[in-house]
Amino acid sequence: MSAVSPALPPSFLRDAWRIARKDLLIEFRTRSAFLAAAVFAVLSVVIFRFTWDPTAIPAMDLAPGVLWVIFTFSGLLGLNRSFGLELAERAYDGLLASQVSRESVFAGKVLGNLVFVCGIQLLTLPAVVLFFDLPVGGAWLLLLVILLLASLGLAAVGTLFAAVASNTRLAELLLPMMTLPFFVPLVLPAAQASAVILRGLPASDAAAWLKVLVAFDLVFVSACVAVFPFTIEE
Amino acid sequence: MASSVTTAERMELPARVRPVDGFLLVSLVLVAAACVRAIWFTPVDAMLGAAQKIFYVHVPAAIAGLYIACGLLAVASIGYLWIKDERLDRLAEASAEVGLLFMGVVLVTGPIWARTSWGTWWAWEARITSTLFLWLLVLGYLVLRGAVESAESRARLSAVMGSLAALLVPFIHLTVRLFRGMHPGPVVLKPEKPSLPPEMAITFGLASVAFILLFFALLRMRFRWAGLRNAQAELEAV
Repeated sequence: MSAVSPALPPSFLRDAWRIARKDLLIEFRTRSAFLAAAVFAVLSVVIFRFTWDPTAIPAMDLAPGVLWVIFTFSGLLGLNRSFGLELAERAYDGLLASQVSRESVFAGKVLGNLVFVCGIQLLTLPAVVLFFDLPVGGAWLLLLVILLLASLGLAAVGTLFAAVASNTRLAELLLPMMTLPFFVPLVLPAAQASAVILRGLPASDAAAWLKVLVAFDLVFVSACVAVFPFTIEE
Repeated sequence: MASSVTTAERMELPARVRPVDGFLLVSLVLVAAACVRAIWFTPVDAMLGAAQKIFYVHVPAAIAGLYIACGLLAVASIGYLWIKDERLDRLAEASAEVGLLFMGVVLVTGPIWARTSWGTWWAWEARITSTLFLWLLVLGYLVLRGAVESAESRARLSAVMGSLAALLVPFIHLTVRLFRGMHPGPVVLKPEKPSLPPEMAITFGLASVAFILLFFALLRMRFRWAGLRNAQAELEAV
């Protein structure tokens, strides 16, 4: 690590990576949230599959929506935990008292959540493709780009609101209430763009949706970094 | 006792609480006058019939609840993060709550009108869908306010959400418009577009002024009430 550290330009990224690594290590050792989210995701796919009437609605019309509903809700399971982890035994105070900047703390938390959300997606996607019998064509790389773009926005906004909610009495209930309206401009374009790819339509049909995703990421990642310090008790 | 005077003075509380608020009374009378004029003294629309008269409540409520209330919420939230003035927090709180009420009027009158004109209670049209999401967003904001114990944290955390919401609104609108724009539905009806005959325009103008005044009257009452509540909490804490 020490041999690599000087090569990394700002300490910002290094600190963020350390925090993400710490969170992921805790998650890797306990595996509680990831397992819960994975089981939830697979169960949801199965339930959607059983309540779906394939003779009435073609799989193509349902699958992109199902995919993104599951991603959103299973992602929330992980986000809830991201600051809950630190609140026990007042570990958060320790983190803030360290020399790590607040922006790095936030970036680290986002990075950790991004890995978590992407992990769930990589597990759910094959399940949906399998159970709904979807032909993912040659544009699967573009599908991964959509997943990553939407996950970044999801993780950034979700992490910020997880920090806000952790200061309240109703953290678990409040987080979905606050975040879901913010996920509308992510989930809708992501589902639409996924639908374009799953139907095998030309990728240019998804261009408008991809632009919305990129714009959302640019605006909200920077806005969340800017307002995160305000979520911390002085 | 001395502290109570300073608290009251600092919060600019009214010297005494009046039983009837003059501003509110005037705006209520104006709203009633607008309704009377709309029902009895404005011609019935040849195409849409009597249901068109909901327009005189629906659109003014949308102007106050969507544009003014959400604008104030956003500006007050960003302002609070900037200068940390407690009055801005109260302004954000009051505009969110009064705005929710007006948005509620929009969301109730809209479907009643849609049922008679479009034949359906609810169309997933861009403007309607955005309004619903905005209503849910403001509801979430108010639930957040209710879930934080300390006054300082409540102001800070809700200002964080309020200022992000300001960025979100254009995105929601753009997304929903793109979504519906790709599948042009049967509903391409904009009540504001057709030029109104003078009689209708006057009623609409009167109703708009009345609703905007009512909004500010309620906002002022809610703002003062929040001040009294904060002052009481401060006194009880001493």
